[in-house]
Amino acid sequence: MLEESTESEWQSEVKTGTTIIAVEFNGGVVLGSDSRVSAGETVVNRVMNKLSLLHDKIYCALSGSAADAQTIAEMVNYQLDVHSIEIGEDPQVRSAATLVKNISYKYKEELSAHLIVAGWDRRGGGQVFVTLNGLLSRQPFAVGGSGSSYVYGFVDAEYQKGMSKEDCQQFVVNTISLAMSRDGSSGGVAYLVTIDEKGAEEKCILGNELPTFYDQ
Amino acid sequence: MERHYMDSKIKGVSTGTTILAVTFNGGVIIGSDSRASMGGNYVCSKTINKLIQVHDRIFCCIAGSLADAQAVTKTAKFQISLHSIQMESPPLVKAAASVMKELCYNNKEELQAGFITAGWDKKKGPQVYTVALGGMLLSLPFTIGGSGSTYIYGYTDAKYKPDMSREECLQFATNALALAMGRDNVSGGVAHLVVITEGGVEHVVIPGDKLPKFHDE
Repeated sequence: MLEESTESEWQSEVKTGTTIIAVEFNGGVVLGSDSRVSAGETVVNRVMNKLSLLHDKIYCALSGSAADAQTIAEMVNYQLDVHSIEIGEDPQVRSAATLVKNISYKYKEELSAHLIVAGWDRRGGGQVFVTLNGLLSRQPFAVGGSGSSYVYGFVDAEYQKGMSKEDCQQFVVNTISLAMSRDGSSGGVAYLVTIDEKGAEEKCILGNELPTFYDQ
Repeated sequence: MERHYMDSKIKGVSTGTTILAVTFNGGVIIGSDSRASMGGNYVCSKTINKLIQVHDRIFCCIAGSLADAQAVTKTAKFQISLHSIQMESPPLVKAAASVMKELCYNNKEELQAGFITAGWDKKKGPQVYTVALGGMLLSLPFTIGGSGSTYIYGYTDAKYKPDMSREECLQFATNALALAMGRDNVSGGVAHLVVITEGGVEHVVIPGDKLPKFHDE
């Protein structure tokens, strides 16, 4: 029995089958993710933080193959550090997103990870960029990962332009909670990062503190 | 998710679709889109009716292979009529759903269709039953199905409340269908809704341009 399960664990790739979301508000962005990492049917990490720092006020949300996503994030973190020393000030969110996009596009065939890049900079305020498959596109909000399919309807219906910071945070937490309850590859706790002019604030919401809906 | 993959692998005409049924205070609303597609990128019909009346106050909606669905619903309609004549009273919604379930379960190898049965009867009032691909029968306060349903699980989980009024329920069902049609490429056309209560049956058809619009439209 033991032998059987170890074999299948090592044979299946480690994926962050996941739910990630990023939303712009007036003055910043809110990023959110679940915390489950699965290898086939086993959960190999139930508390992974999928919101990775790229720079002080720029974060990215990871989905897809865990190794690919982490590697891209680390490479871009390094490239951004060099870039920000070269220009002598904080990098723009668009620059970070472009760096991610360049890697995703160049290694399109080999990689299978999708990163959503979001942050705050002086020139454009809060911005969210999607970089799926090497495309670069700015959007008011973005969802990604396997759990996102289940909440497209919800985010389409509930998103409104000009939400406040607190409304955005609530919207993100609700979305993640709904996705976790329907997607087998999403679960655990919810991580939230709020980025504005003053900096980035990380928060973790435990499973039993998440909002519940009518059947829970 | 399994259902979603099945729909796009079906050869021939399939109702890649969005269907739902919701109970409210005093009745039930059953609804669907109206698109029939072939191979995921050809729309063979923009105005197909997926809500089949199997008895006075009982409707079925179909998802999956159209041919299978039509065959099953024709057979079920006949069996339910016969049953109702023998019992000398209108059939129970549960009986209609059981008939669908028997047909699906006994022919599970050949069939590729899922059903939602909804209606009103004197014994239990408004009810919704779902018969899944393999023949499982479940009774639920509301249910969604078809390929487009994947995108609205979050919305319906968040927005459903027990004991809604007729207007609230109509708005809920319309919104859910509009959202699913907006994201699923094999669902679309018009929204068909049927409101079933003790007093009767009412058809509501909402053309594409009158559907509710959301933030990006």
